[in-house]
Amino acid sequence: MRPDASSALNPGVLPRWVVVLAVVGGLFVLLPVVALGLRVDWPHFLPLVTSDSAQAALLLSLRTSLTATALCVLLGVPMALVLARTAFRGQRLVRSLVLLPLVLPPVVGGIALLYTFGRRGLLGSSLDALGIDIAFSTTAVVMAQAFVALPFLVLSLEGALRSVGTRYEAVGSTLGAGRWTVLRRITLPLVLPALVSGAVLSFARALGEFGATLTFAGSLEGTTRTLPLEVYLQRETDPDAAVALSLILVVVAVAVVGVAHRVRPLGSGVPGSRPAGAVGRAG
Amino acid sequence: MAPDLKPSLVVAAAVALLATGCGTGTRDAGDGGTTGDAADGSITVFAAASLKESFTELAAAFEQAHPGSEVSLNFAGSSDLVTQITEGAPADVFASADAETMAELVEAGLLAGEPVDVATNTLQLVVPPDNPAGISSLADAARPGVKTVICAVQVPCGAAAAMIEQSAGVDLTPASEESSVADVLGKVTSGEADAGLVYVTDVRAAGDAVRGIPVPEAADAVNTYPVAVLADRPEGATSRAFVEFVAGADGQAVLRTAGFGAP
Repeated sequence: MRPDASSALNPGVLPRWVVVLAVVGGLFVLLPVVALGLRVDWPHFLPLVTSDSAQAALLLSLRTSLTATALCVLLGVPMALVLARTAFRGQRLVRSLVLLPLVLPPVVGGIALLYTFGRRGLLGSSLDALGIDIAFSTTAVVMAQAFVALPFLVLSLEGALRSVGTRYEAVGSTLGAGRWTVLRRITLPLVLPALVSGAVLSFARALGEFGATLTFAGSLEGTTRTLPLEVYLQRETDPDAAVALSLILVVVAVAVVGVAHRVRPLGSGVPGSRPAGAVGRAG
Repeated sequence: MAPDLKPSLVVAAAVALLATGCGTGTRDAGDGGTTGDAADGSITVFAAASLKESFTELAAAFEQAHPGSEVSLNFAGSSDLVTQITEGAPADVFASADAETMAELVEAGLLAGEPVDVATNTLQLVVPPDNPAGISSLADAARPGVKTVICAVQVPCGAAAAMIEQSAGVDLTPASEESSVADVLGKVTSGEADAGLVYVTDVRAAGDAVRGIPVPEAADAVNTYPVAVLADRPEGATSRAFVEFVAGADGQAVLRTAGFGAP
């Protein structure tokens, strides 16, 4: 909460219908979550979410999402830097392509991954020759998650990089700092809050990944069946278990998004930077 | 526990239906409602995903045979459809891919009368057209290094697969246990999997994209498809006529062409 938030929250300055619609919009998002909570079989909640298959799914989800987040940071930071600090022909096109996984239906992403890294895919035979078999492996899960989560990191970070500007970097260079020093001592510290919030959002997206995983990685307990896939399967025979596990996902998602928002305002404390409307810049 | 077909029950149900239906269709017992007895109402049929091709064809044929009638179709996994119906979805007829799922609606008291079995389905091994792993039997699919994909035991095709494994004495170690037959088939058609267990009807629908290999033990795990009319719906007469149509000669011919067995 920023200090000026309370003064801005004065409904008197807005037409009443705007406030009414805003409340309706809020309820539209909130009510389904409440309805889900009301359906939880509380007396059996613990046994339902601690069953062997639920635990295996939760642990796999956390493990793969963390790995996917690390992969997003490793690949996304350079991508954001290149997009924000260089100019080249077709940069706009590249930027919109980076966005693609964000707007693609996940199942389409899964099919695309399949036709790239699958056994008969574009790179499949080369990978096969190297003895790398991605199909039905945890690696495939991580790849599906990283594919859909990467735009969140690149967008948050690129927005922040653009809004902090290049003044400090320029000063650093004139004082004799090399490129690597400028990047390590000036650029990255300036955008650290955006990097953290971008990573947290990527993690949340990876955790919720379903369509691409199902299409590309399959579903085997302990290997590729993540929590969303477990929910999808349990729904067939044990709706109570599906609801209980869904609630776990909701709680984790809320916590993660909360963390991401808590981190962002720190960026506004850095001189010359403003909170970068991370996903808002997508438009 | 192999699903037994209770032939006497099926015959009885079919006879009862024929008795009330095939003639003029005017013997409405009165639970139908306001629009009279003619089969010319608009009904919504919820059907298992595996019935998609057959029921699309059947609905068109039914509309032609009953001028004025209109059949809307909604396809999904059987248990999804049951969830939708129990949560109040406006379905007039439900066609399930297995008896267990239908039983949930019977227990919930949502049906008007008994379900009628209209078709059966059995599993088959399916491999990519070039059969890279050289599969010719269930035992081949269980070999180490062969990527076999089956349905999870929570869904009907997975339960059937487990039964076949048991009666064949083969222990498949699947690379993936999918939530639906469509997902299993997709893994085989894309070449990711060397083999899969899907229904005969899926093999036929997939055409040249896959090759089907009959499994003798599949006879021990026959899946039955019951169809039922839902209670308290305005177009009861049309719904009953539709079920009769599916169970009748025309309907059975369509289902047989798709690869379904006789109930």
